Amino acid sequence: MSDPGDDGAAPEIAEEIMTGFRHTPRGVSARFTAAEAGIVRSLVGQVAELVGGPGAAEEPQDPGGREGAGETADGPLPDDLAAMLGSFGPAVPPEDPVLARLLPDAYGDDADAAGEFRRYTEPGLRSGKVAAAQTVLATLPAAGGRVRLSDGDAEAWLRSLNDVRLALGVVLRITEDYEHESGGLDPADPRQAYLHVYDFLTYLQETLVRALR
Amino acid sequence: MSVAPAEVERPETDEVVVPDTPWVTIVWNDPVNLMSYVSYVFQKVFGYAKPRAEKLMLDVHHKGRAVVSSGTRESMERDAEVLHGYGLWATVSHDR
Repeated sequence: MSDPGDDGAAPEIAEEIMTGFRHTPRGVSARFTAAEAGIVRSLVGQVAELVGGPGAAEEPQDPGGREGAGETADGPLPDDLAAMLGSFGPAVPPEDPVLARLLPDAYGDDADAAGEFRRYTEPGLRSGKVAAAQTVLATLPAAGGRVRLSDGDAEAWLRSLNDVRLALGVVLRITEDYEHESGGLDPADPRQAYLHVYDFLTYLQETLVRALR
Repeated sequence: MSVAPAEVERPETDEVVVPDTPWVTIVWNDPVNLMSYVSYVFQKVFGYAKPRAEKLMLDVHHKGRAVVSSGTRESMERDAEVLHGYGLWATVSHDR
């Protein structure tokens, strides 16, 4: 598990320091720049499509609002995460390591039981993850700004941020020693930009879970 | 205890509840899930008080795994399904 600690500084994204989520009398709240909103929306949308298939990231309550979907405007945005993650088509291979982490086996030593469990639970698991992603996309304006969440929406945000971090964790091969070794990565390593994004999402999730308690 | 009547219709199910050998739900450590989040999930899903949730979370963190609930196979599968929804790595097994 990971524990960013109390004194962890907010990671720098787009040359601004984010303050993360805070508890307010009217719900948990955070302010996003357009770049930050773009990063979160892009990654949440990509994971939704990986789990739910093409179109899963579309917001049902706004069928015409396609502008901004998948776009990452400006900033250090991982537009090519799809390439890093592998296939994003409807025929995602079950051996995809990201999907295997998001939709894990429930029996470690009994393939038959694991298959049976999966047969009954995986569709619901997938749709739950897609619904959480859609809540994030519906409550985070592409232009950024102040986001205020109800308890239910905050719960969806926690799940969705966690799914994105799990996906990035597989791609970036995050290990238990991540906090200790992340400083040693070659600045030219293409994973560097994604590690910043991973740190940013960790910070967001950590401040959100603390704001809820 | 009472003695069962001679003719009892057996429920048509494979599930046999044997209290002495319950099934368990196990949560495994992974490098991504936040300690604060895992504790939050245990409180939310199982209604555990914070100290119990924190202890279980630390067990997962330090020992690599922890039994987080026990009972019938059916209810353990429900727990695992819910935990998977939260992104935790949970498995079901028979407590032998």
